This record gives sequence, structure tokens and C-alpha cells, in this order.
Amino acid sequence: MQIIETGNVAAALGVKLARAQVIAAYPITPQTPLTEKLSEFIESGEMQAEYIPVESEHSALAICIAAASAGARSFTATSSNGLLYMHEQIQWAAGARLPLVMCVANRGVGAPWTIWNDHQDSISQRDTGWIQIYANDHQQIIDSVLKAFCLAEEIMIPVMVCYDGYILSHTHMPFDVPDSEIADAFLPPYRPPYALDPADPANLNTVTMPDGRPDVRGDISPGYMEIRHLLQHDMVEAIPALKRVEERFRSMFGRGHDPYVEPYRCDDADYIAVSLGSLSYQLHDVADALRAEGVRAGVLSVHLYRPFPDRIIAEALNRCSGVIVFEKALSYGYQGPLCSDIKSALYRYAQGKPFVTNYILGLGGREITTQDLYEALKVSCSPDGGAGEETRWIGLKIPAGGTQT
Amino acid sequence: MKNDNIEIRWHGRGGQGAITAAKIVAKAMFASGYTGVAMVPTFGTERRGAPVFTSLKVSREKIYDLSPSKRPDIVVVLDHLLLEEEDITQGLKQGGLVIINSPLAVRGYGFNGSRVAVADVTDLSVKAGLPQGMVNSGIIGSFARAAGLVELDALLKTIKDEFIGRRPGENACAAQLCFENTIMGGL
Repeated sequence: MQIIETGNVAAALGVKLARAQVIAAYPITPQTPLTEKLSEFIESGEMQAEYIPVESEHSALAICIAAASAGARSFTATSSNGLLYMHEQIQWAAGARLPLVMCVANRGVGAPWTIWNDHQDSISQRDTGWIQIYANDHQQIIDSVLKAFCLAEEIMIPVMVCYDGYILSHTHMPFDVPDSEIADAFLPPYRPPYALDPADPANLNTVTMPDGRPDVRGDISPGYMEIRHLLQHDMVEAIPALKRVEERFRSMFGRGHDPYVEPYRCDDADYIAVSLGSLSYQLHDVADALRAEGVRAGVLSVHLYRPFPDRIIAEALNRCSGVIVFEKALSYGYQGPLCSDIKSALYRYAQGKPFVTNYILGLGGREITTQDLYEALKVSCSPDGGAGEETRWIGLKIPAGGTQT
Repeated sequence: MKNDNIEIRWHGRGGQGAITAAKIVAKAMFASGYTGVAMVPTFGTERRGAPVFTSLKVSREKIYDLSPSKRPDIVVVLDHLLLEEEDITQGLKQGGLVIINSPLAVRGYGFNGSRVAVADVTDLSVKAGLPQGMVNSGIIGSFARAAGLVELDALLKTIKDEFIGRRPGENACAAQLCFENTIMGGL
């Protein structure tokens, strides 16, 4: 059924279809309408779940960790400083191999306070051991939430579904709500391989020695490093696992997309713009405008950011002469994290070695005009467009140390 | 950047319901066959009464650009006093349309080659039985009359659905009255 609603409602409907059993969340702009909607579903009886209001995001994720450890399908959502407040528990959930799903309505982080969109919040959680998926529109939000539970429970790694605060969370657009019977067949009830049981007490994730040692039965238990090596191994295995999930989704719902990257007019492109989230779609119209002028431009949207599908991305960019990365996040003192990751992928896999240029834009909700994108991409679509390693900033009104221009 | 979209920018005050009005029009236009619909609010840290706006983009194809409208075809103004506070019609396309809730006569408005439509939505909405200041259903009637993009009946149905449990009949009546009492001028 096609409806017109916000991205937050799309996410909430996805969680409802997934029949999440425990929801613990703390409201924060722009995520708030998502958790409000879930509490309404539960209050009205449309959704059978335990909604646990908490006093902080740290507690929200702690409750999800406990619920998932006891075998319940669990969900939370947050934004910005709320996500940062979860940081300790985020690492814990991944190390404990719990199949949680969390939505992040992307927002910049303080200080200074901002409530508006950029990607610094979720990108700063890149190295925590969570899978990160970025959605470009409402259809991808609702579908990704369903797929995320499926993936998480198959490989026992938590998944973050990220979407742009306000730009997607508060925009009304049409999308199809999957049929609930098909959703039930796609995502059957969660059967945990192991769950806490008061009748059979156990300690989980206690102090683990640097070396393996015999357990009470005399078997050699893995040390910390083996456990973490297994997380790395399984994260890489999540790349083919996501493809299997996507193929099953496509066969059951009749729609879907490349789960790793979404290329637009890339086949013969000399220059390819790369980005995460809704900005990728805004760049479609820019590529069209440049094509009309005879510039062979394309756009590559990255959906799966962790695990990073480096070979797939390098193959998509291998034949072009320039890669222009547009980012709403920064590794301060260096460059945009996606730009670094793309360079690393190209170094390993690409023969042609296209130049890579990095634009930083839209921080803290600074408006990204399509005209600005057009001008930046046009400048970079030339053989010397990659000159200089410095990050370039779009939309700055006052340069560092300078006066207003 | 694309020229085949219809862009409608809605200006109101925080709490006035501009976003709800734009959402209703979005739903009715989608139901009328426009496949591409995106209603993109621009958020500040709103207080009640502060100027707010939202961009409604409509097309026969999916909308990919969710940035605020820079070159609107139509500007809808829920409070005529906003015209004195901000450059509400900034970027309005040549030959575009401005729809204003105002008690003043249409001949008093001129926007350099644009069509103008005026209705006293505030007064007509009270006549329809709504509390003073509720204008977001009424302005939809003026939009239907002036823009001619979507049938009034489709809008009235969407208004009744949207305001279910919140005076659906009075809201639909306000839209009907404003449709009948919108005066066209300009150019």
C-alpha cells in the first residue's frame, strides 16, 4: 500500500512490521516522532511490544542489550549527542554479538549545539563493530529496517540504519508499506542461539584473559583477541550475507536495489560523485545537468558503509578519471572519512587510479543548494579537477580567521 | 535544477498549520496521479508565531532533489502580514502565482508580472464554524481555485480524512467557502 508520510513514520512502520518485542528509547530531535509513533502503535494495541521509557540513551541501549540477551527482538533509535551518550553500550552490543537494530536520524553534534542534519554522529561510531546502512529515501528506510533485523539475526551483529535528520525524517514522500504477511514470512520470529534463563544462570562477557584458557569443562576458551578476530571475520562475511538478504527480499517483495552501492549514470562516466544518504539523490539532477552540457558525470551512492565493500566500490570507480566525494562529516585534522576509505579501496584494487577530491558541506544543517553542488562538481569534472589534497568546503560564508565575504 | 517540477512554497507562522495544509495538498495530488511528491519543511527552532515555510514539489516522476524551493511556481501566504516582514516571493518564477490570506482587496497587491489570488480565509473560516485563527484548511480551497492543479472534491476528501476527529465538516466547509470567495487579480 502506497502512503505519504515522513521518514520517521516509515522507520516506525518498518519496526512494527518486524514485530520488535522490546523498544527502549529516549526522545531527541529529529528522531522523536519515530519513537512517539512506536509508543502510539503499542498503546493502541496495533503492535505487541514492551515500550520501556528511560531517562537516557545509555539506559535505552543497556535495556536493549539486556532484552536481546534474554532472546527478545529489540530496537532503539536516536540522533546526535544521544548516540554519543550510547557510545560505551554501542561497543558492548557489538562485542556481545547481539542482533539489535537502531535507527539514527542523522544530526550534527555539539558543541556548539545544533539540531540540524549532518553525518558526524553515526560516522563517529564507524569503528564500533556495528553494521551501518545509509538510506536515501523513505522506501529505503522502511525496507532497510526489515532487512536489518534479518541480517543482524543471521550473523549476530547489530545494525544501524541511518537516514538524514529533517531532510528525510520530517519530509513527506510516498512509499510502499510492505504487506505484513509477506513481512512475517521474510522475517520469522527471532530464535536466539542462546538466551539468558533464570533457571539456568550464566555469566556473559566476563573478564577475558589475553590468552585462551581452559574452561570448567577443560575446553580451551578463546581469549579476547580471538573473540575480536571473529567479529572482524564475521563483519567481512556480512557483505555476502547482505546480498543473500537482499535477494530474498527482492524475490518476496518484487523490489530492491544493489545493497552496497547505487550507481547512477556511472557506466561511461569520466567523473563520479560519491556520497551517503539523500545527498546522493540531490546529485542525480546535477549529473543530468552536466550531461546535458556534454560532461560525462555519474553518481555513486554508498549504502553499506560498514563493513566497507571496498572491492565493489573500487570496481565501480576503476574506469573513471576522477572521483569527487561529497561529505557531511569530517575526521578533524585530516579529511572526510568516506574519502579516506575510498582512497584506500582504490589503492588496493584499482588499476587506473583516478584522482580523488573531497568536498565538505552541509555541516550542522548549512543549506546545500543544488546550484552550489552543480558549480562544485563542474569545477571538479576536468583533468586537473583533482589538483590539491586539501578538503574543499561548500557554502562557507566566513573563511577561517577571515572576515565575512 | 529540473524545470518540469511544480514547486509550491507555503509560508505561515509557527502553529498556523502551513505544513498540514501542504501535506493535505501533497496527498490529494498524489492520489490524482502525480507520482512524484515531496513536502519538505524547512525547520528553524520554531516558536509559535515565528515565520515558517515548507516546499512542496510535485512531478509526474519521482522527486530526487529535496532542497528548499528556490524558484517556486506558486507561493501561498497564510498571513498577509508576513509580506511586510520577509521577502516572501523571493525567486518566484515569472508569470507565477501568489495566493494570500488577506482581508485587503486584491488590487492592492502587485508582484511584478505574477498572478495574485486573495481570500479573507481568517474570516471565512470563522463563518465555517472554526475557531478564530484556524486557516490551514481554508487556504486549501483558495489554492484549489487559483492554481487549478487538483480537483476541489479530491482536496475536500483529503481534508476530511486528515482532520478526522478534529472538526472535519467545518474544515471542509472552510475550504469550500474559500474556494467560492477567492478573487483573482494581478499581472
